[in-house]
Amino acid sequence: MAMVNIKINGHDLQVEAGTTILDAAKACQVKIPTLCYHPDLEPWAACGLCVVKVENSPKMVRACATAVVEGQNYITHDPELMEVRKTVVELMQSNHPNECLTCARNGSCEFQTLAEEFGIREEPFCPELKELPRDESTPSIVLDPRKCINCGRCVQVCQQLQDVWALEFINRGYETVIQPAGGALLNESPCIKCGQCSAHCPVGAIYERDDTDRFLDAVRDETKHVAVQVAPATRVAIGEAFGLEPGEIKTGEMYAALRMLGADAIFDTNFAADLTIMEEGSELVARLTDDNHGPLPQITSCCPAWTDYMEKYYPDMIPHFSTAKSPMMMQGAVTKTYYAEKVNVERKDVFSVAIMPCTAKKYEISRDDNMHASGYPDMDLVLTTRELARLIKRAGIDFLNLKPQQADSPIGAYSGAGTIFGVTGGVMEAAIRTAHVLVTGDELKDVNVSAVRGMDGVRMGEVAVGEKKLKVAVAHGMANVRQIMDEVREAREAGKEPPYHFIEVMACKGGCIGGGGQPYFTDESVRAKRVAGIYTDDEKSTVRCSHQNPEIKKIYEDYLGEPMSHKSHELLHTTYQPRPLYQK
Amino acid sequence: MATATDDTTLTEGLTAFIEEWKDRPGNLIMILHKVQEEYGYVPRAIAFEVARILDVPLAKIYGVVTFYHFFKLEKPGDHNLQVCMGTACYLKGAADLITELETLLGIGVGGTTPDGKFSIEAVRCVGCCGLAPVMVVGEEVYGKLTTDKLPEVLAKYNNG
Repeated sequence: MAMVNIKINGHDLQVEAGTTILDAAKACQVKIPTLCYHPDLEPWAACGLCVVKVENSPKMVRACATAVVEGQNYITHDPELMEVRKTVVELMQSNHPNECLTCARNGSCEFQTLAEEFGIREEPFCPELKELPRDESTPSIVLDPRKCINCGRCVQVCQQLQDVWALEFINRGYETVIQPAGGALLNESPCIKCGQCSAHCPVGAIYERDDTDRFLDAVRDETKHVAVQVAPATRVAIGEAFGLEPGEIKTGEMYAALRMLGADAIFDTNFAADLTIMEEGSELVARLTDDNHGPLPQITSCCPAWTDYMEKYYPDMIPHFSTAKSPMMMQGAVTKTYYAEKVNVERKDVFSVAIMPCTAKKYEISRDDNMHASGYPDMDLVLTTRELARLIKRAGIDFLNLKPQQADSPIGAYSGAGTIFGVTGGVMEAAIRTAHVLVTGDELKDVNVSAVRGMDGVRMGEVAVGEKKLKVAVAHGMANVRQIMDEVREAREAGKEPPYHFIEVMACKGGCIGGGGQPYFTDESVRAKRVAGIYTDDEKSTVRCSHQNPEIKKIYEDYLGEPMSHKSHELLHTTYQPRPLYQK
Repeated sequence: MATATDDTTLTEGLTAFIEEWKDRPGNLIMILHKVQEEYGYVPRAIAFEVARILDVPLAKIYGVVTFYHFFKLEKPGDHNLQVCMGTACYLKGAADLITELETLLGIGVGGTTPDGKFSIEAVRCVGCCGLAPVMVVGEEVYGKLTTDKLPEVLAKYNNG
């Protein structure tokens, strides 16, 4: 690797060629302020906050998008630069409503932080605000164009990372607004509700719909039996909202906090992840051994943003989709049937809540009639990790000093296979652990299926299941799915053998641990730590495979019969339908 | 210039043009120009068709169409009255022309009369500042225009 010698504020530094001034400065313990820049995205130098001086050059350059040049000395901070940057903030301030107290991002807003760090105490420029309506058309996210600073992060996320193209810059100059094409609202657009826009927005212009009051209403209602489930990926991220490092496993503390908040029963989505493996794994084995069970490859369907994307962009792939519902919906269905019967509570009185890393889950609970398998909405409410953190703070719970508690029986215990659903490759690995037994009758000697792990956007591999070599592919980050889907399509159209037997897709980078409802300030290193936390949770589990989970065995003995049974189909499986990209 | 009357189907001219440009770089802007030439604006249904044929996201098409002032998303009147608001015309009273047109037609800039006959558009320099103030209607250029001449100009199109 070619190295380049430069100076940052006069200090000698050697960095790899191609390094940006911004990254080089970090190596010198200097933080150049940024606003439009995000490490997940290509820098595109929209905001102008990161300007620096090049010694002996009259021009200021933008540090996020400028590579270092041999021999140059970069001045990152001096009184003039600090003043220029302050003016940039003040100009943006003049187009931004001064509504911090009522803003969804109060306390986590990057713009607010800059104003604080820059010592902004006045509004020197006459405010000029855009009066534009909020888009509250989806159950997942709210778009408030008045607060938008046009940094463009959401547009890049939506187009480049997710390949969804729901958001675009419409009009130009001062008139620019970020919204769907053709005057469509978000729920009339290709939006898949993944919420990555909300996770990347530096201000309160796109945020998750806040349903915390609905939770409080439910626990206050004495006729309601509130049953809460927590998703795999939330346990390794919630601590971040309380100042902990990403990846710290806080499962027991979440259970405890939810009981303090008034929940009547605490379950774990990981239990239903195990249930999903029993159903989806059996479905895979059926497809592998019997042509009448649907075409190969089988494609995972746990991710509601991905199913929405597939229904819009790849409706021809519907027969490949596993009919198994997502773990959250399975948990909801067995909570209102199996569990309700066990504790003698009427189905209508159960209020089922899920704590999810995901905004699309808010949409999933009402996506079609299959989500009412119990005769009532199987899921009543979804809160994101961010919302739960707010509730915990609001309820005065000292989260950091809570004593861990256990989940409730009979649908609360989980295996390590259930927990790894939260990372890319995890559903695949969990399925392989169980499919191996279903196909060969033998347990895997080593349950760690390293072939499907990793953070590359697309991964392919072969896994031995007895005599059979299972060809698998894993994609995460919606923009990475096209390559694999195109391969499947081409093989099908050419009448060839399918290139894969099993494909796992998760819409968000890193899988659910990188979900759109997770704590803010997620980047590659945060994702890596959460992934490590999930694998630690798996390794620490005494039961590592879904089919060995005693509560899973019991629900099949007592209630469901066997995987893919009539009862299972009634409660745990669903269908898909093609949907138009635009509603009108 | 005659424009297509059906705003939901591709004209033969457009179909041929798209075929010619489909695989060439820079095709989107060329095709959108052709769309506007054929229909007088960029109809929503045609934007969807172009997106489908070129396999380009609709968002990208709207990004381009709304970025350039040249493109229109609303159907203009049969006679689009383009009043130049460039510096020279502005100084010579173009704003008065617009106010008078608004009064005569009962519509604002960007609007179209209910009968679909006229629309008013404020445009930037049309390149004949010596004739300021200038109004362009179709291919016809009206120079050194005054408010009292406007009824006469309109009558010409009303009868035509």
